[in-house]
Amino acid sequence: MTETGMEGYNFAYLDEQTKRMIRRAILKAVAIPGHQVPFGSREMPLPYGWGTGGIQLTASILGADDVLKVIDQGADDTSNAVSIRGFFARTAGIKTTTKTRQATIIQTRHRIPETPLREGQIIVYQVPIPEPLRFLEPSEPQTRRAHALAEYGLMYVKLYEDISRNGHIATAFDYPVMVHRRYLMSPSPIPKFDNPKMDRMPALQLFGAGREKRIYAVPPYTRVKSLGFEDFPFQVERWRECCAICGSRESFLDEVIVDDRGARIFVCSDTDYCSERCEPIHSGSQAAPLREHLAAIEREGQACKRPVQFSK
Amino acid sequence: MYVAVKGGERAIANAHRLLAEVRRGDLRVAELGLAQIAEQLGLAVDRVMTEGSLYDRELAALAIKQAQGDLVEAIFLLRAYRTTLPRLGFSEPLDSERMLVKRRISAIFKDIPGGQVLGPTYDFTHRLLDFSLKGNGRSTAGRPADAAALAGEVPPPDASADLFGALRDQEEIGTDSAAPIAASVLEMLRREGLLEAEPDDNSNQPVADLTRQPLQLPADRDMRLQNLARADEGFLHALAYSALRGFGYGSHPFVGEIRVGEVTVEVVPEELGFPIEIGRISITECFMVSRSGESAEASNQFTLGYGLTFGHCERKAMAMSLVDTCLKRVKQEGRAPAPAEDEEFVLYHSDNVEASGFVQHLKLPHYVDFQAELVRMRAGREGTDKNPAPSADGPVTAPQ
Repeated sequence: MTETGMEGYNFAYLDEQTKRMIRRAILKAVAIPGHQVPFGSREMPLPYGWGTGGIQLTASILGADDVLKVIDQGADDTSNAVSIRGFFARTAGIKTTTKTRQATIIQTRHRIPETPLREGQIIVYQVPIPEPLRFLEPSEPQTRRAHALAEYGLMYVKLYEDISRNGHIATAFDYPVMVHRRYLMSPSPIPKFDNPKMDRMPALQLFGAGREKRIYAVPPYTRVKSLGFEDFPFQVERWRECCAICGSRESFLDEVIVDDRGARIFVCSDTDYCSERCEPIHSGSQAAPLREHLAAIEREGQACKRPVQFSK
Repeated sequence: MYVAVKGGERAIANAHRLLAEVRRGDLRVAELGLAQIAEQLGLAVDRVMTEGSLYDRELAALAIKQAQGDLVEAIFLLRAYRTTLPRLGFSEPLDSERMLVKRRISAIFKDIPGGQVLGPTYDFTHRLLDFSLKGNGRSTAGRPADAAALAGEVPPPDASADLFGALRDQEEIGTDSAAPIAASVLEMLRREGLLEAEPDDNSNQPVADLTRQPLQLPADRDMRLQNLARADEGFLHALAYSALRGFGYGSHPFVGEIRVGEVTVEVVPEELGFPIEIGRISITECFMVSRSGESAEASNQFTLGYGLTFGHCERKAMAMSLVDTCLKRVKQEGRAPAPAEDEEFVLYHSDNVEASGFVQHLKLPHYVDFQAELVRMRAGREGTDKNPAPSADGPVTAPQ
C-alpha cells in the first residue's frame, strides 16, 4: 500500500492497530448477520452524529486503489458528504467519485442509491441509534437479552398498536428489518422506500455507530425482510409526481419549495441517478428544452406536475 | 432552484474562512498567547484537560484559543488529538498522600493531621466585580508572587513556547522528595471500622480503559470512575444537586477531604523493573463520606465516594464523588432508582463530546426522513380527514 495522504497521520487517519481492531469487529459482524458487535470506537476529528461510525468503517477497509463515493440524503453535494469525502481525499489521497457505478466503497447517510449495487462493492451506512428496540426499551442490557433470545414481541406489538390507532404502520424511516430470519436490525434512518433494496443485495452492507460503539453487517445475498403482518404487509411510499428534472417515477423524491407561496416541485434525492438519466439530454440536442423548463420553474415558481417533455 | 443542496464545497470553505476571521476578532486588539491562556485562564485549562483526558496545559490552551473559549468544543479538539497518540504504558497508582499540597480542607474534623490549608479559593471571596482588573493586570487584590517577571508585561505570542519552557524550569526548582506526608483523614475512620471496606484492589487485573473498550454494563468501579472523570461537569453537577435535593440520597453526605496539589507520576519500565519518576501533575481529589445505604445494617457504616480531576476543578471533583456515592450505595429494595442512581442513565449520557455531537447532528440535513414523514402524514390525513391535505399532491401507497 502506498503511503499517501496527510503528513503526520497514518493512511486514512486511523492507526493500523485501530484498523485491525475494527476489521476484527467487521469479520464478526459479517459472520453473525444483523448482530451488533461492540467495538472500541475512537474519537474522530468529526463530531459524533456526523457519521463517525461510518468514517471509522471506511477508514478501516479503505485501500489505496479504492474509489470512494459519499452521499448524504442521497446527494453527493450536501455539505456533510462533501466534508467526509474531503476528509478521505486528504488523509488517504484516494480517488473519489460521485458515480455509483464507479465506486468501490459508498458511504451513506439516510439513503441507498437508486442504481443497484453490484458484487464487490461495499456500502457503509452511518448509524445514529443501532438498537432497533431502543425507543421501546431504553435499557441496553434488556435489549441485548431480547436479541439473545430472539424475543421481538415488543416490536410486533408496537406495529400492531400503530395499525389499531392509525390504520397503518406509522414508521416512515428506520423501518425495522429481520436479517437472515434471526436478528432484528435497524436499517439506519433510510426511508422505508429503500428497505427492499437491502434484501439479497449483491454488495456487502456494513453499519457503523460511532457514538454507540457498535458495528453490524449484512453479507451479500442475505435475506432482509421488513416486518409486517399477513393482512397488513410492509408497503413502500410512492409519489403521484415524477422527478421534475429527469422524469423518474421510480426514485425517492425530495420536495423542493420554489417560491414564497409554497409552490413546490419534486426532484430525485439521488443526484447521481438523476444526472445520469439526464446526461444524454444535457449533452445532446435536448439540452435546450431542459434549460427552458428549469428557467420556467425559477421564473414562475410553478409547481411542476409533469416532467419536461423530451422527444425520445 | 437547486441552490439549497448545491455548492456545499464552496460554502464550507467560505465558512472556515469566516470562522478564522471571527475567531481573531478586531485586529486592533492584541492576539491572545497560549501562555496567557494557560496562566490567566488556568481553571478553563484545567477543565479542558480533565474532560479532554489529556494532561497538557499548552495543548489545552491551544484548544481553548482555537475554540474561541467554547470549552466543550475545546475538549472535543483535545480528545480528537489524544485519540491519535500511541499508548506507551500505564503509570503506577498516584500516591496522593505524598502530594505537594496547595489546598486541603476537611469538613468533618476541625483539625486534621497535616493541617487544613485554605489555599487559592473563591469560597470566601465576595462576588463583587473587581473593576481594578479592567486595567492592565494591576489588580488591588493580590499581586503575582513573581511580580518582576509578570507585572503588567504581556509576552508576545511567539515567545509563548519559551515561556512554557521557563515555567517548566521554574517548577523543577523547589520540587523535593521531602514533601510532607498528608495522611488521608479517611484512614482514621477506616481504622475504627466505620468505613465500608473497599473491594480488594487487585493490581494484577488490568484497569479498564473506556477509550479502547466500549462501556459494558454493569460497569466495574474502575470503568465507572473513568467515565465520571471524563464526564461533563455540568451534567454531573446537576445530578449531584438532584441527589442532594432528595432524588436518591436520603442522607447527608460529608466532605471527608478535598485536596489540590501536585503529585508525582511514576512508571515501571520493563527493562528496569522498578519505578522511576517521569513528571508531576496537578490534581484535585475529593473524598465524600455518606451512610452506605438505607437498611439498618448499612446505616451503621460510611461509604466513600471518590472524585478526581486534573488541575483545580473542585466543583467537578465534588460532583463526581457524590454521583459515585449514589451509584455505589446499597439501595433499599423495591425503590426505583433516582436519575443519579441509575448507572445506565448516568454513564451513557455523561460524555459531552458524545452528547454535543448527537444533539447538534440535528442541524445536518434530514430532507429524506422528513419527506418520508410528510408522505406518510399526508397519506394518513387523506385516509381519515374529511378535508384532504391542502393539495392533491398526496402520495399513493402501493404494496411492495
